[in-house]
Amino acid sequence: MAVDLRSRLAHVELPNPILTASGCAGAGRELSQFFDVARIGAVVTKSVMLAPRSGRPTPRMAETPSGMLNSIGLQGPGIDAFLRRDLPWLLSRGARAVVSIAGSTVGEYAELAARLSDAAGVTAVEVNISCPNVEDRGQVFACDPGAAAAVIEAVRARIRYDIPVFAKLSPDVTDIVAIAGSCVAAGADGLSMINTLLGMAIDTTTLRPVLAGVTGGLSGPAIKPVAVRCIWQVHEALPDIPIIGMGGVRTGLDALELMLAGASTVSVGTAIFHDPSACPRILRELEEELASRGIERAADVVGLAHESHQAAIHRRPGSVL
Amino acid sequence: MTGGRGEPGAALVPAQVKGTVLTVRRVDAYSAMTVIAPGVAARFRPGQFVAVAVGGPQTSMLLRRAFSIHEVRPDHGGTVEFVFAVAGPGTQWLSERRTRDTLDLAGPLGRPFPLPRDPVNALLVGGGYGSAPLFALADKLRGRGCAVDFLLGAASADRVFGALTARRSGRTAVITTEDGSMGARGQVTDVLAQVIHEGRTDVIYACGPMGMLRAVTTLASRYDIPVQVLVEESMACGTGVCMTCVLPVVGEDGVTRMTRSCVDGPVFRGDLVRWDDVGTIPFDALGAPGWKPRPQAKPRPSARPQPPGMQPAGKQAGGKPQPGRARAGPAAGRSRRGR
Repeated sequence: MAVDLRSRLAHVELPNPILTASGCAGAGRELSQFFDVARIGAVVTKSVMLAPRSGRPTPRMAETPSGMLNSIGLQGPGIDAFLRRDLPWLLSRGARAVVSIAGSTVGEYAELAARLSDAAGVTAVEVNISCPNVEDRGQVFACDPGAAAAVIEAVRARIRYDIPVFAKLSPDVTDIVAIAGSCVAAGADGLSMINTLLGMAIDTTTLRPVLAGVTGGLSGPAIKPVAVRCIWQVHEALPDIPIIGMGGVRTGLDALELMLAGASTVSVGTAIFHDPSACPRILRELEEELASRGIERAADVVGLAHESHQAAIHRRPGSVL
Repeated sequence: MTGGRGEPGAALVPAQVKGTVLTVRRVDAYSAMTVIAPGVAARFRPGQFVAVAVGGPQTSMLLRRAFSIHEVRPDHGGTVEFVFAVAGPGTQWLSERRTRDTLDLAGPLGRPFPLPRDPVNALLVGGGYGSAPLFALADKLRGRGCAVDFLLGAASADRVFGALTARRSGRTAVITTEDGSMGARGQVTDVLAQVIHEGRTDVIYACGPMGMLRAVTTLASRYDIPVQVLVEESMACGTGVCMTCVLPVVGEDGVTRMTRSCVDGPVFRGDLVRWDDVGTIPFDALGAPGWKPRPQAKPRPSARPQPPGMQPAGKQAGGKPQPGRARAGPAAGRSRRGR
């Protein structure tokens, strides 16, 4: 049985729901040695800032049980080089580009949005708001409903009307639904969740922190239950808002789980480090899992876990749905 | 086949294969694993590495382990051998593999050693099992009529990898151990000057711990001998996407960038690596905190004559290294956790 895998990022249709996660696929070029980047739903590029950025000192990475900590510090070429070199390359390959942007002030986000509006071929923008706000004592935008909304509003105001804006939320908050709600109210077309969780590791040989940056973002299968919970809570509160789900997806079943919680598309992150062809593999596995359950359309499972079993039986007799 | 770097072409595209383990053997303090991986073996050039997934399909160890390729052979359609030391649960798992187990490996990855056009006197310096990638290089160099001298060092005799091969195949082979259990007592840098004089060395290739590479580069530049180093930065993916394995390297435009050792290395021109600043972000690196774009980044002409017959090292060629900042602290105290 062929499964209809078409998925949506707000009003934009993608051929399938598997995306890369920002920061785990560069701008697609390196991974294209292992698979055709046009085959997956979209490539979400590494967060780009206005100026080139060197990132943090090494060591930048620590392996943890079923996960890893990273403290890269958004090393990147800056928006000029990105628009000159990386974006055209992705488009030349026939891939869809979801561009992740990051800034340290609301104004920087707005300027990045304006720059992207002038560029052709941006499928959507993902706003990485897990950055310190230099205008507010380094408080992370994503941890404050007002600051998060200010960024989204500024981006929405400057970006072309037909480019969907997704706010990428941090799970390191007391009430993720409140942040989600304020981003949507500020004009976000959708939400990406979850970003990494703040973690730390200490080297018991040197008796010092492993990472030069001391703390780092925890990712990988270890955080999948947190992702499922966050997506569940937000989809429950805002059922009409599309969600790009990410956090510990390693197999087709993991992708299915996030979709059942409410994600309409799924990004694959740390799994790419383990397996450079993780995205096409997970796509294949997802298709098989859907087919084996008699599900004809991937879109049908989005948020399905929220329906009571009784309602599902009534809705479509004879089907597991 | 030419030795120039960064050439486009199918030969440089790595493969990801499920390889079958042919043998795992102990070589003194190390383990050597041979895997049937035709796609990797066919494309291999000396200096390149493989990134190996460890722990099986349900592993809790997500990061690939990167190992220099020691040798490829044509048997079984193509085999790849790499050498490793057991230093943590990942390498422990690897050492427990047996014949006919399967292994997921990606490779060959990274830029290979550039080769000289002319027959020159090449000195190959290896520290510990860092000597593993040097033997395939030696074969290539001899194929071009180069004379190959070896200088291998380690803490003790059981940690000198390939001493016998070096003695058999090298024009000369000098061994140093810190405890004096093989060859001369001391470190490779203690005898490097003498070896250079006696071998009339034209070019140096080195692989080993960062401290050794730095010392070899310093000494080589005193004699104006070009040096190519293969660095061992810890990596998470090996494929260029994670940005973990960066170190400050001066580019052809004279600008220092935090450069990935997996795709822009692991082989670098030694004089372009800012050794004093490894483990830090130099203040003048592209995008460093407080960095401002210069109106025009002028390429500075190289003060050093190009080596006899050494091809320009691709992207790294040209720029003269800026003087390293004296900031010895952070780099010196760095430890790499056992993996």
